[in-house]
Amino acid sequence: MTTTAVLAQAQQRLSNAELLADDPLWLTLIKVVVLFIVVMLTLALLVWAERRVLGRLQNRPGPNRAGPFGMLQSIADALKLSLKEDIRPARADKWVYIMAPIIGGIPPFLAMAVMPFGGEVTMFGVQTALQVVDLPVGVLVVLACSSVGVYSIVLAGWSSGSPYPLLGALRSAAQVISYEIAMGLSIVGVVLFAGSLSTADIAAAQSGGWFAWILPISFVIYLISMVGETNRAPFDLPEAESELVGGFHTEYTSLKFLMFFLAEYANMVVVSAFATTLFLGGGAVPWPLSAIADNALSSGYWPLLWFGLKTALLIFGFIWARAALPRLRYDQFMKFGWKVLVPLNLVWIVAVTALRVLRNAEGVTSGQRIVIIGVAVAVLVLGSLLLPGRQVADEEPQVPLAGSGYPLPPLDLTVPTPPRQRRTVRARAEQPREAVTASGKEAGDGNA
Amino acid sequence: MGLEEKLPNGILLTTVEKLVNWSRKTSMWPATFGLACCAIEMMTTGGSRYDIARFGMERFSATPRQADLMIVAGRVSNKMAPVLRQIYDQMPEPRWVLSMGVCASSGGMFNNYAIVQGVDHVVPVDIYLPGCPPRPEMLLDAILKLHAKVMDEPLGPARAALKAERGERTELIPSSVRYAPRGAGK
Repeated sequence: MTTTAVLAQAQQRLSNAELLADDPLWLTLIKVVVLFIVVMLTLALLVWAERRVLGRLQNRPGPNRAGPFGMLQSIADALKLSLKEDIRPARADKWVYIMAPIIGGIPPFLAMAVMPFGGEVTMFGVQTALQVVDLPVGVLVVLACSSVGVYSIVLAGWSSGSPYPLLGALRSAAQVISYEIAMGLSIVGVVLFAGSLSTADIAAAQSGGWFAWILPISFVIYLISMVGETNRAPFDLPEAESELVGGFHTEYTSLKFLMFFLAEYANMVVVSAFATTLFLGGGAVPWPLSAIADNALSSGYWPLLWFGLKTALLIFGFIWARAALPRLRYDQFMKFGWKVLVPLNLVWIVAVTALRVLRNAEGVTSGQRIVIIGVAVAVLVLGSLLLPGRQVADEEPQVPLAGSGYPLPPLDLTVPTPPRQRRTVRARAEQPREAVTASGKEAGDGNA
Repeated sequence: MGLEEKLPNGILLTTVEKLVNWSRKTSMWPATFGLACCAIEMMTTGGSRYDIARFGMERFSATPRQADLMIVAGRVSNKMAPVLRQIYDQMPEPRWVLSMGVCASSGGMFNNYAIVQGVDHVVPVDIYLPGCPPRPEMLLDAILKLHAKVMDEPLGPARAALKAERGERTELIPSSVRYAPRGAGK
């Protein structure tokens, strides 16, 4: 092996952070602009794709008149919205009302900056990585950006000066905050395994196996909470049309509404890209293809393709869920978040930590490990038997039969059968006179 | 936002006008507003057999603030008239009104004290659609004719004056003729 080859191999082991550290400013600017344009185009495509896919899932063609396959539909939507009259309600708080959509539109784009699309490439003669910036706390940056997005919703609802947006905003705030806890907890397992909060390091740590396989429960909880986090169906309670008209953006028109529209879809892209980074190996090529030419498809610009495909798959999941599932009731939704996802997550984190400690501990044989795990499982199973079962109410709640001041018939009212004597008298009366005279008794009994 | 109407009248303007009109035609979001039996037909038009989504119109917006087209689907009672007017007032410009069915257009068979004799007493109507109730095909035909009208809409007063001077009017060709497969019916 020549010296250059050894040097090249040594350089390949550079992490994204080291590669990005000596990026010239112009290269960073180019990356930022390209990323922005790509995300904007993705959004335009995504709005169209969602409507088309929804259409196909509902056995109809979907938008197909604007441009080839209706692909210009979202362009037309954006252009039309930006050319509409801009209405500001008289009771709106002017500056907050204007700032809210802007606050909502920026964070998703910020969060995209830390996504590790790929590893080392040479761009315009400079050695760099397919990422705008790699922060040592990249994961926290993404979480922080999605939290800032809540401000936009709350402020929009509050500043509109109208009850529906306010209710929608309150719902949304409660929902996003509670699902962010579940989301943050599902990331804890990943961070434990990767040993880093940097998104590039997490993606690189999955070369031995995706965290989706290693931490399946974390993955599933993340998938559920990311739908709650982005206010998408079936968790789209803040904009439930049948209850809250348009939710927090009821009073918004024109460009400001367009900003909310974009922010929602950009958030979908961000959480999907984040899931790809955390659980699906980032830009790493999927298994059967990774065998080709010693993982050559994971180097250079190839990761962009795999990252994009994985993200697109997750976004398709969003659309599928929207087409397939009805909206949840608000209390059930909150109960699910706080009483199922969060405790399950906590137990899972403890279990994962215990397993890791057990695996790394020295002087413990594999037999002992199995015994310890077995005892823990047995304790859990026996403990679950001690849990009190849900109390089933014996009596159905009843309408008060007395004391309401209003005459009500008893709810268990059954019409009593008339006494035998009266029955026969009535039967005789209802019968034709001839029948009674001919064979009175038999006919009466038969009719009764 | 009204910016486009302040553009100077020149060569570029016809192209801009076409683009603006195209975008308005292509993404005309109806307000969710059903009044009577015509609304059932309107919903059917949104269903998978007729699929109004093909024209980018499946986003029935719940809030009038984001709607472009009000389909008055059904008879308008005197009680409903102020509500209808308020919804119309809440819609941002440019906005269109489609009077669906004979009841909305002229009172129809309800020639009585309770029903507004034509919704044009309350709001300006862009296109009238007869039928009791009109079938989804008829609604689609009316929508396509409205699209044709929108495509010919002048951008600003200068263009409007020019068009009026030239005597240009939108020719409302039935959709069955306009969109007939080539060579059919000959």
